[in-house]
Amino acid sequence: MASARVLPSTHLVLPEPLRLDGGQSLDGVTIAYETYGTLAADRGNAILVPHALTGDQHVASPHPITGKPGWWNRMVGPGRPIDTDRFFVICSNVVGGCMGSTGPASLAADGQAWAMRFPVITIRDMVRGQVALLDALGIGRLHAVVGGSMGGMQALSLAAYWPERAARVLAIATSARHSAQNIAFHEVGRQAIMADPDWQGGDYYGTGRTPDKGLSVARMAAHITYLSEAGLTEKFGRRLQDRPDGTKGAKSFGFDADFQVESYLRYQGISFTDRFDANSYLYITRAMDYFDLAEEHGGRLADAFAGAQAAGKGARFCVISFDTDWLYPTSESRAVVHALNAAAAPVSFVELSAPFGHDSFLLDVPALDRVVTGFLG
Amino acid sequence: MTSPADFGLRPDLAVIAAHVEPGARVLDIGCGEGELMAALEGQKGCDARGMEIDAHAVAKCVARGLSAIQGDANRDLTDYPDNAFDYAILSQTLQTAERPDLMLEELLRIGRRAFVSFPNFAHWRMRLHLLAHGRMPVTRHLPVSWYETQNIHHMTVRDFGELLADRRVRTERCWFFGGDRQIGARAANWRAEYAVYLLRR
Repeated sequence: MASARVLPSTHLVLPEPLRLDGGQSLDGVTIAYETYGTLAADRGNAILVPHALTGDQHVASPHPITGKPGWWNRMVGPGRPIDTDRFFVICSNVVGGCMGSTGPASLAADGQAWAMRFPVITIRDMVRGQVALLDALGIGRLHAVVGGSMGGMQALSLAAYWPERAARVLAIATSARHSAQNIAFHEVGRQAIMADPDWQGGDYYGTGRTPDKGLSVARMAAHITYLSEAGLTEKFGRRLQDRPDGTKGAKSFGFDADFQVESYLRYQGISFTDRFDANSYLYITRAMDYFDLAEEHGGRLADAFAGAQAAGKGARFCVISFDTDWLYPTSESRAVVHALNAAAAPVSFVELSAPFGHDSFLLDVPALDRVVTGFLG
Repeated sequence: MTSPADFGLRPDLAVIAAHVEPGARVLDIGCGEGELMAALEGQKGCDARGMEIDAHAVAKCVARGLSAIQGDANRDLTDYPDNAFDYAILSQTLQTAERPDLMLEELLRIGRRAFVSFPNFAHWRMRLHLLAHGRMPVTRHLPVSWYETQNIHHMTVRDFGELLADRRVRTERCWFFGGDRQIGARAANWRAEYAVYLLRR
């Protein structure tokens, strides 16, 4: 049901094997990406926008499966805060993803899908893929890297390991490490997928059965963590769902989706399975769980950024959190800011007030637009 | 009394801007919308950072291309390493601190030197107001009633001097202001509406 106006993404096959943190390397990795705007002659106007867990490269163009507008359409586009009239915006599907980049659904050398034979990847592996893409595009130093949630983790990882590649780093609603609570929620999602008989040990490709129930439950559980209690209450309260035949909602004294919030979550879960591969969900959540920039630098987060700042290669940073985000709360952003201060990096930080929980970074928050616009200059 | 170039700033900020060494690393605590930082970066080539409790003001700083952190100076100064800055600047904020003495120690820990400005509660107009009316003065520089003012630790020039002596803090220079004009140091505790100090350990 791909929409006719959607052109397929550009694909880059990496010339070199992609070396992975897990010790393996992947040959012939494909990166699917979209670009918006025009690259300046001096190649100095590029902005990389890494996507979040369930995002993809369609940051500002319609999704080829759902036909919905790009996931950050309100942020990226002509005259928007990330202005495609001025900037050349790059968004690629992460390694491990399922929208054209190499992931567990891709074919391995033996012609079969990788499935669970796919190597476990890390956030830094994803960033390696991004850097390889920048190399292929001939972009040395980005004007900025801008990411929310897992995109923010990639932005911080880029700043830590490839500091010369970005002049500005904007990390929104994110963290330098996954907390026990973050890992716990991911584990619930993974167990839901793996408990689905249709998962079949991950070898469901070509069987005509996919673990939609498990993936759907994983998405439902995760979706709750992206919202706020107040937001859910305001949107749904305890209101009952009208029946499909038009009759007024009532308690069924059964287990139908009596409440609007149940109906909403079920829809979120089911529609997610149309566009996302369950094994990709396992691999990408794992990559996020493994993320801990401090651990990767001897337990001291400041050391992740100190070298680059001392060498004068460092970026300007801007860190933004939201007061209702309990998944990546302000304390996580403050830890990043603290470390950047200790590394003497130029850093701005603001906690914005918005009612939408973690999802605030994707939604209508005018103050966010102002800060992004100002920071990008 | 020659007045320094005003940098388009409030008089106490202008005197600070005039006396910060060019190219210095500066932390402006309570930076507001970044007027002083912008002057220091634009006119003195400083590397200026700000801390401000109000999110809207921080957003305005970022939008001007300045580096500012939303934070509470009562708590978040501990985040900075020792001697992280050439100057720590605290303008018209010490009297709002939970513990001005501890904040002063923090300023002199993270900055090699510190600029501190504060309103002088012993200005003759205050004394007269208190004497005549028997009520907490409400003036141009302290315009908010006692029950809603953020100024929870009123102090005088003499009080501040005693605190500095007690904590063995050295005063490099000080400036006094009355009616937005710089005035001499003579009888400053009577005559100054507010004061600016340049301090070091």
